[in-house]
Amino acid sequence: MAERAEQKIVSATGNMMVTEAFRQADPDVVCAYPITPQTTIVEGFAKCVANGQVHTEFVTVESEHSSMSACIGSAQAGARTFTATSSQGLAYMYEELPIAAGMRLPIVMANANRAISAPINIHCDHSDVMGARDTGWLLFFAEDAQEAYDNTMIAIRTAEDKDVQLPVMTTLDGFITTHAMERAELMNDEAAKEFLGERTPLFPLLDTENPIAAGMFADQDSYFELHKALRDAVTASKPVIKRIGDEWAELSGRPFDFVDAWGCDDADYIIVVLGSAAGNARHQARLLREKGVKAGVARIRVFRPFPYEELVAALHGAKAVAVLDRSENFGGEYGPVGLEVATALYNAKETIPLKNYMFGLGGHDVTLEQMEQVYEDLEKLAAGTIDGSIEYLGNR
Amino acid sequence: MANLKELSALPERLAGGHRLCGGCGASICVRQVLMGAGDADVVCSSATGCLEVSTTVYPYSSWKTPFIHNAFANSAATMSGVEAAYNGLKRAGKIPADKEIKFCAFGGDGGTYDIGLQSLSGAMERGHNMVYVCYDNGAYMNTGIQRSSATPHGAWATTSEVGSVQQGKQQRRKDLTSIMAAHHIPYVAQASISNWRDLVNKAEKAFNTDGPAFIDVMAPCPRGWRIKSDETVEIARLAVETGFWPLFEIDHGVWKMTPVRGERKPLTEFLKPQGRFKHLFKPGNEQLLEQLQQECDEYYAYVERMCSLYAEEK
Repeated sequence: MAERAEQKIVSATGNMMVTEAFRQADPDVVCAYPITPQTTIVEGFAKCVANGQVHTEFVTVESEHSSMSACIGSAQAGARTFTATSSQGLAYMYEELPIAAGMRLPIVMANANRAISAPINIHCDHSDVMGARDTGWLLFFAEDAQEAYDNTMIAIRTAEDKDVQLPVMTTLDGFITTHAMERAELMNDEAAKEFLGERTPLFPLLDTENPIAAGMFADQDSYFELHKALRDAVTASKPVIKRIGDEWAELSGRPFDFVDAWGCDDADYIIVVLGSAAGNARHQARLLREKGVKAGVARIRVFRPFPYEELVAALHGAKAVAVLDRSENFGGEYGPVGLEVATALYNAKETIPLKNYMFGLGGHDVTLEQMEQVYEDLEKLAAGTIDGSIEYLGNR
Repeated sequence: MANLKELSALPERLAGGHRLCGGCGASICVRQVLMGAGDADVVCSSATGCLEVSTTVYPYSSWKTPFIHNAFANSAATMSGVEAAYNGLKRAGKIPADKEIKFCAFGGDGGTYDIGLQSLSGAMERGHNMVYVCYDNGAYMNTGIQRSSATPHGAWATTSEVGSVQQGKQQRRKDLTSIMAAHHIPYVAQASISNWRDLVNKAEKAFNTDGPAFIDVMAPCPRGWRIKSDETVEIARLAVETGFWPLFEIDHGVWKMTPVRGERKPLTEFLKPQGRFKHLFKPGNEQLLEQLQQECDEYYAYVERMCSLYAEEK
């Protein structure tokens, strides 16, 4: 059992906390290209490089496509490799995302969750990261600056674990989390570095004595099987994430759960949500509980691999569930989170009525009134007076 | 300058038995370039294309060096990451200080002149210590002979067709070597697989350059050029002898042309043996042929002028 380590209370933004995690991990290579609202992560890291606080080779690439391309070269070479991006940048590097996963490269990338054009918009939603959902990357969602730090620490260890060897995207909500100054706890450098350790690459390209060919051409005889192997690897990362998350929880004193289930034990009405909006949902749930309404919030912290069992356990016994989605599924009914929750409940033979909401797209204001409306809807949904079809929350 | 006997004693870096066509210029290019590295450790990459799909069919590899393929546009960016890792790991003491590795990125003209140009430009500008080699066969051969910006003016390709109102490619080819020279990197060269001594020498210089180096190598594709597989080297030599593909280098700002024996031959000697130019020799295209000769003369004169303007100071 690890003992609680000494930590410093700091005032920091989510981006500053990601930079701190990067600094403590002292990566061999960081490749990055600027995009709002990710910029302050790499600007902060550039200062660490300039001040000699890290030994990192800092590669200031000419595009996000080259950023992930260089990360792939670097990670395959054997280096601990990080990057950060957002929105159009993530979309621009899309081609490289499944390659990083398919080549089983433990790259860690912070994503400042931001809307996708058009129209161009620099504010928070999850359209960018959900567009990268099916690429084989593990996806973590932070609620606040503290968790942006904690998730990055857990991500680095997870990616590089010998039983995982997969890229991890650690995401934080654009501006809301990336730029808002909050109270956070920073692990002391020594304990952080001991927790993180060093990367031990399995088949480094730079081992010229044992040459390997990476990124090969695989045809009908092997592509299908290699994809199944990747699916299995992503699924199998779950217990490793749990082990590492628990280890960090003991060291930091901050709990780690795939699903942060607030008040769900006895809740009649539960909101399922990702990221920073959980705060509003919980606040409204508290207010409702004062009035005797049993409200709960299930916030999903790890989206890939998806925690089906943990989510079903949190929702079990509820009379109605609302899922808030911050990215579209045009022409479909439910958003990406809604679809996962429906899958989880259906496969567990749960018949809890479900309703899906689209909210906060492009930084659209997320209010307590909206949360209140959702909980009111859930009572109607349980009573059968409304159906579960998708709604745009707060649409004028 | 290495002689043939010495070169033949060097380790073979690309094993036979790969799946490239007989007479493919790409594999000849790779073998000659890697001879320039002597017996140094080399890590290679390739853009998506014939070279990559034919040499690394899972689970087999023809490369006796470590090799990485990533995607089409990013052979240079990928190798820049490998080279960055080498520097970072060395700084951390995770690679011994005396361990030397050379880095060599390959790409066809599609992956270099077109889709990979930004990636290449970025890597060169950042100053990565690597050699980028373009095996230039003047079209997207892997996908079936579509025109690229390296395709010569007038050449037939499956997307620059010959028909009643169009005689092959309408535009002149891009002068990539000059674009790379404009990056003012330490070493830039243009070479041909036909002039092996010149190419191996240039590769050797490139590998021994501290910083980025670029070589554009004429490497014919029998399938796309509509020539016999035993004519590859001969046609490449005609590209040089007609002045279509002058051999030159820019070594730390000094332009220098490799002299070619004898008088410069008429361009038609390069064009005529190739099926992709056969329409040019039909009645009615005399003027286009004249124009191609004129463009070739202009380009040759430009290279000569640069070599005279930026010659080594006497």
